[in-house]
Amino acid sequence: MLVSSAQSGESGGMPQLNPEFWVSQIVWLVLTFGILYIVLSKLILPRISDNLESRKSQILENIETAETQREESEKKLKEFEKIILESKLEAKNYFNRTRQKILDDINKKRIALEKDIDEEINAAEQEVNNLKTTSSEKIKNIAVETSSELIKQLIGEEANSSSISAIVEEQSRKRGEQNGI
Amino acid sequence: MAANPMYQFNVYRIGPEIKLGEVDISFTNASLFMVISTLAVLIIFNLGAKKKSLIPDKIQLLAELSYSFVSKMISDTAGSKAKPYFSFIFSLFMFVLFCNMFGMIPYSFTVTSHIIVTFALAAFIFIGVTIIGFIKHGLGYLKLFVPSGVPIILLPLIVVIEIISYLSRPVSLSVRLFANMMAGHTMMKVFGGFVISLGIIGGWLPLSFSVALTGLEILVAFLQAYVFAILTCIYLNDALNLHH
Repeated sequence: MLVSSAQSGESGGMPQLNPEFWVSQIVWLVLTFGILYIVLSKLILPRISDNLESRKSQILENIETAETQREESEKKLKEFEKIILESKLEAKNYFNRTRQKILDDINKKRIALEKDIDEEINAAEQEVNNLKTTSSEKIKNIAVETSSELIKQLIGEEANSSSISAIVEEQSRKRGEQNGI
Repeated sequence: MAANPMYQFNVYRIGPEIKLGEVDISFTNASLFMVISTLAVLIIFNLGAKKKSLIPDKIQLLAELSYSFVSKMISDTAGSKAKPYFSFIFSLFMFVLFCNMFGMIPYSFTVTSHIIVTFALAAFIFIGVTIIGFIKHGLGYLKLFVPSGVPIILLPLIVVIEIISYLSRPVSLSVRLFANMMAGHTMMKVFGGFVISLGIIGGWLPLSFSVALTGLEILVAFLQAYVFAILTCIYLNDALNLHH
């Protein structure tokens, strides 16, 4: 660096007021500031502005896309909920129908079963009644026969069967009375 | 290095003497720092504008924040009509800011501490704003000197005052920047001289003052660049939207 010795400010006072380099400073100011202004305004600032604009539009675009996607998903969600609701309803219907069917089936079977059971009970009652009416007669006959057989073996002669039957009848009536008490 | 605190403002020739006719336009230390500031602005903003990534890196963010900062400043003070002058205001702000900031480096030279530089800028702005005003409003621009709602008797006085205040704009604009820069740098130099003269025992107090002043001066460097740019916007506003 070549430093010239034209340092007039050293004599005191403000070097700013020494007009020696005023023109030089103005010329260089115009030159540098002019270049700065031209390059900034023609090349650099439009690019920064473009960057900012494109970012802005990109962000707006993204927001728009996000908005449409949100709407779409909401629509889908509603559809989904509708489907779920319908399926639930269908399942309920199906369940009800099946339950009704099973209940009907059970009822039918129960009625049939009850009918069968009633018939069986009736038959059994009939039989029991039959047995009731016939058994006393048979017992009497057996008693008469056994009695006449016993008498025959004890005294060796035929006993009058009608008198035996009268006795047996009396005895059995007595027993019946005793049992009845 | 001379102890004179004004020594730092000396302008000296670097390299050969360049003469254009009778006029000396040699390359000086002032020219050097103008070139350095210009190159710094261009390099930083070129790097910041190069990439077009959606998510900016640091230098791109710096460039874009500066852009929005100046853009907001202009639209707040001068409205949307000032948009064509954005590049000029941006260049002005960055030029003054970088010149101020480079001046904060020790042994460097502060371009804006010279009245001729700030006055050249201010005069250019003044003339430019006046021309814009007359182009936009014709002779109606003279209504700027006649505020509405002033009694007739006071009007001649007010008009004179308004004209004087209008004509003093370039002076106040240039002197404000120049005086701030010069005063700050002189003060730092003086305190720096105290550190040496008071020695290792007494030098600590002016040294701590120097440190604090450096912080203050960096703030002033930014603030004066901002004020310079915003006053330009306000003058531009007067020229574009004539309502007084």
